[in-house]
Amino acid sequence: MITSGRFQPGDVVLVRNDDPPHHHRTPWYVMGKTGWIDAVYEPWPNPEEMAHGQHNAAKIPLYRVEFDQRDLWDSYDGPERDRLVIDIFEHWLEPASGGDS
Amino acid sequence: MSDHGHDHEHGHDHSHGNGHPHRHPPAPDIELSDRAKRSLAIQELLVEKGIVEPHEIRRRVEEQRGSPMNGARVVARAWVDPEFKQRLLADARSAVAEMGFEFPDDTGLVVLENTEERHHLVVCTLCSCYPGALLGPPPDWYKSLPYRSRAVNEPRSVMSEFGLEIGDEREVRVVDSTAELRYMILPKRPAGTEGMSEDELAQLVPRDSMIGVAEPMSPDMVQA
Repeated sequence: MITSGRFQPGDVVLVRNDDPPHHHRTPWYVMGKTGWIDAVYEPWPNPEEMAHGQHNAAKIPLYRVEFDQRDLWDSYDGPERDRLVIDIFEHWLEPASGGDS
Repeated sequence: MSDHGHDHEHGHDHSHGNGHPHRHPPAPDIELSDRAKRSLAIQELLVEKGIVEPHEIRRRVEEQRGSPMNGARVVARAWVDPEFKQRLLADARSAVAEMGFEFPDDTGLVVLENTEERHHLVVCTLCSCYPGALLGPPPDWYKSLPYRSRAVNEPRSVMSEFGLEIGDEREVRVVDSTAELRYMILPKRPAGTEGMSEDELAQLVPRDSMIGVAEPMSPDMVQA
């Protein structure tokens, strides 16, 4: 099991709400949303550096983050058990309390 | 046309009568489109600047020429071999390499299992990330904006349009593939397939069942 990053499976996290001018891989629909760590992946080169031609971009921790669909979409009309998982790099995540999960 | 008695359809070694054989490049027999010319120019620049090696471009193109039959063979193997399945779910990249399927060094592979309790649906909302080595080139609908935007917020309606209804007692778990990891689904083995061989089972696994918009076929659907 990989434990390289600051988060462990089950940790509750908040996705930063940010709009940096450069390429990034965090879609708007998860920004500002609270979820939890589903899986810890091995570190990957930071795509935000790779996009600017840095082929030796630093490897940074990557997580599969899980959300309750109803926390993502006000209009979600499927069952409560429905989930969405998405890969998010560590610098987009902040520790959060388990309030709404 | 050639000025020495034969044409140059293909590159070949020959002599111009001066005793020094040399090689002509093949003459293009079709007019390249502007897009093809631009693509070739970009490739040449990338190689010239030392950003990529020519063999890396070729390798990537070949990887995209994978076929969904590759993924189907992986699924069938996992259905008949519990130890392989365990390796596949723990480290998919190494497991499929055992079967000869290679992924680029900078891409990972994750296989997620559909169960009685959970059904997965894969999407890449940012572009069209897709495990080409196992599934071939992505279908047009997978790359389309409607699929990419709707799969995340109304997955059950999207699947229903593909003819797939998932009961409310099962979790629908959407997988948005936003990093360098490619996702493939290991669908549930259909009932009535006990005793079938790995090759026979692979025939039951359509591409769409490894993306999550279909289930595998039942044996009678294949015979029909």
